[in-house]
Amino acid sequence: MARRDDAGTGNRAQGALFLGPGLVYWLALFLVPVGLILVYSFFRRTSIGGIEYTFTLDNYVRATEPLFVKVFLFSIRTALITTAIALVLGYATAYFIATRPVRYRLPLLVLVVLPFWTNLLIRTYAWIALLNNEGLINKGLRGLGIIESPLPLLNNQFSIVVGLLYAFLPLMVLPLYASIERLGPRLREAGADLGGSPTSVFRRVTFPMTIPGVLAGCIFVFVPSLANFIVPDLLGGGLKSMIGNLIQQQFFQARDWPFGAALAMWVIAITMILLVFQALMLRREGRMSGRGA
Amino acid sequence: MARSETAVRDRTLGAVAILVYVFLYVPIVVLVVLSFNGSGQSTTWGGFSTRWYGEMLEADDLIDGFKNTVIIATATTVIATALGTMLAIGLARHVRSTALDSLLFLPAVVPDLVLAIGLLSFFTLVGMELGRITVIASHVVFDMIFVAAIVRTRLGFFDASVEEASHDLGANRASTFVRVTLPLIAPGVAAGALVAFTLSFDEFIIAFFTAGPESLTFPIRVYTRIRFGLTPVVNAIATVLLVVSFTLILLALKLNGSATRRAIDRASAA
Amino acid sequence: MRPIAWTRIAVTVATISVIAAACASDTSEPSAAPTSAVPLEDQELVVSNWAAYTPEGLVEDFEKETGVEVTLLEDHVNNEDVVGKLQASDGVGRDVVFISGPYVKTLLDNGWIGELDHSQIPNLANLYPEATELAYDPGNVYSVPYTWGTTGLCYRTDLVDTEIDSWLDLLAPDPSLEGKITMLGTERWLLQPALLSLGYSINTQDAAQIDEAKELTIAAKQHLLAFDDTVFYEKLDSGEASMVHAWDGWCNYAVNENVEFVVPSEGSDVFSDTMVITEASENKEAAHAFINFVLEPENHVKVAELVLYKVPNGPAMELLDPEIVKAYPNLGITPEELLAFETELDLGDAQTAWSQAVAEIKAS
Repeated sequence: MARRDDAGTGNRAQGALFLGPGLVYWLALFLVPVGLILVYSFFRRTSIGGIEYTFTLDNYVRATEPLFVKVFLFSIRTALITTAIALVLGYATAYFIATRPVRYRLPLLVLVVLPFWTNLLIRTYAWIALLNNEGLINKGLRGLGIIESPLPLLNNQFSIVVGLLYAFLPLMVLPLYASIERLGPRLREAGADLGGSPTSVFRRVTFPMTIPGVLAGCIFVFVPSLANFIVPDLLGGGLKSMIGNLIQQQFFQARDWPFGAALAMWVIAITMILLVFQALMLRREGRMSGRGA
Repeated sequence: MARSETAVRDRTLGAVAILVYVFLYVPIVVLVVLSFNGSGQSTTWGGFSTRWYGEMLEADDLIDGFKNTVIIATATTVIATALGTMLAIGLARHVRSTALDSLLFLPAVVPDLVLAIGLLSFFTLVGMELGRITVIASHVVFDMIFVAAIVRTRLGFFDASVEEASHDLGANRASTFVRVTLPLIAPGVAAGALVAFTLSFDEFIIAFFTAGPESLTFPIRVYTRIRFGLTPVVNAIATVLLVVSFTLILLALKLNGSATRRAIDRASAA
Repeated sequence: MRPIAWTRIAVTVATISVIAAACASDTSEPSAAPTSAVPLEDQELVVSNWAAYTPEGLVEDFEKETGVEVTLLEDHVNNEDVVGKLQASDGVGRDVVFISGPYVKTLLDNGWIGELDHSQIPNLANLYPEATELAYDPGNVYSVPYTWGTTGLCYRTDLVDTEIDSWLDLLAPDPSLEGKITMLGTERWLLQPALLSLGYSINTQDAAQIDEAKELTIAAKQHLLAFDDTVFYEKLDSGEASMVHAWDGWCNYAVNENVEFVVPSEGSDVFSDTMVITEASENKEAAHAFINFVLEPENHVKVAELVLYKVPNGPAMELLDPEIVKAYPNLGITPEELLAFETELDLGDAQTAWSQAVAEIKAS
């Protein structure tokens, strides 16, 4: 974050005024509810699926069993693949929009967001209609004679990634756009004037200056992808479990709230490490780049 | 040399961007087309028909759900935008703390299923009856964080010299804030509000747990209908929503365009 | 004080209060059923059911007859959803709940439902004798069955060459069916085919048996197209799947006329969706009246017509149009034939082992 805007425009009292309401809200309606779940994670399940209030760390230990680690790893891999693809596609799109004439930018951005206004479940079912063996893509390809037997496009990791990408790509594009747009064309061309090829300008000047947007976008895609359970259920055909499915299973089917809570806390811990990493990278970036031109 | 490289780069970027837009809209096209499919199935075409739109008007549950969703999303947006903007300003200008930064963005990091169950447990604990209010209250929790994040990016790049100039010219803090700061962060706030509305509008899991019997939202209604397969009536409603939201956005763009221009004019005249 | 210090104090206070509150919110003690001093027509009901599972007009007719205002709450897709919500809200918020048999015990153990007052449900006499002795609630002390049926295999006779008569046809299918099969993936039905093919009880609590069934199901998973509980009949119609694991009524939703339903030779289960009344309900008189209303033959037969499941109500089944029974053979299964199968029960202490097995299967 830029430093210069702190020049005497703020003070602690004003800070309290601005932060107060949001903070109180956050405490009451976020911290307490999540705190409840955290507290559950330290207790035990009774035989009827209730909660027995004896303190234990068993749930956290149980989460490290091979079965659950395997699911964690699969989820992290899938979320990483999704994020990587989203980053490449999102960056290109955001850069494209940012380099259009000003009057086209907002409409183009809005077009990215508009699909979000259609219910996600419905859109996901549309993907099923597209991807399944008797679906539109396979029928089309077979009709054109390009393939003989249907491609397995559904009920596997591929379709899960497609589903996650579809759900969260706009969340990558928006912060990237904010970052890229404020650079302004002068900065993008400055490097070129100094004799660098467009590639090296991008690598050494442009991209590093958009790190805040990159980090925000990656987190906005990675985190919800990791804990999502609807996409693996629908597009994965229930054949592949992700952490979200595990957690859902523990709260509903196994009625083991303490263990479900512990699993959730592990997920939160992993993502918090990412957040801290992001905060550190932003501070480093802030120091190095000073203020954007 | 550089210019042709730039041209190639531009074309590649353009191609990728178009690919992305196609990717985003193909399922939309599919569902719009299917909403006119007489057979009602997703794999066999049964002729063009508008019967699903007729049936849609009788789908009380879906219409009721839609009404609730609009009310909830609007209320959420208003509250979340206010709280989120204030949070962003407070964080960017007055209180510098990485700890607070990370802490406050936790709602974006907690799995929504967990937050949902936690919220329902909380409401039960305090004896609060489930209804629209509980859904709104719950949606604001994560929405205000997104607003804060977006306004924050805008604030970070804020040219504080404009504010300094305003002070130098004798304006007090409050006046500076209202007539200089706010208009300049307005695009960020607008973007944040747009995101907040979008997220609340389509949000399922948290609403699923915190809605009362009279306040089931549209996503919940859709979810419960899939038990017997997604009928084309749902596609019909989705198409209608698409058209409506497209129109609203066009309107908003027109207004926002002129509002931003006015704000810039005012700011530069200050 | 600096905002940071405020934050620390607030967080500490919040944490303490959260722990205190969590410990205090123990399993609720069932309150004594309040005798309704409120007249029937002034009572209100929240009835919780699956979507499209209540016949059109049933609620309105009840409202007209009794003056009770009813909100039909259709907000869940499976039993686990309802139980989860009841748990999080401590049994508050619904009056009449439609839930499957095995879960009656869960709701009872947690104090969320109570005994029914049979004197307020005279239409219980319409139930088949077998429906009054269902193993999960003999004597209908806490629940009244709404629909019942069994599970089996649904397949396209024009796409399947081999004979289908065993659960092994699902678990270890003929190569021609590779990748064209779906299995039910929720709740108890995931492990049922394996248990039945091994000759074990579908309610087994034996760890070794559960394990064996798990291994068999993991091996079966590779041949599957998908786990599917909601749109498998569409897959049959489109030919995406040739055979599906299904509840008996669901075969009827497929449009293709080459669809057959068969119960494998090893046997199957008896499932029943029932109606219960929550302990926290303040409108118990109206709730009892609602259940009684459903059991009226003219009303109950509409359920069979809508969902194409059997209802455990003799007079109602007699009202059913014979043409429908002819078209949908599952409706002709008699109570004796049905009760030859094992009724699903709560798993008791074996729930955790089951869930672990299911988690392993889904993650494999």
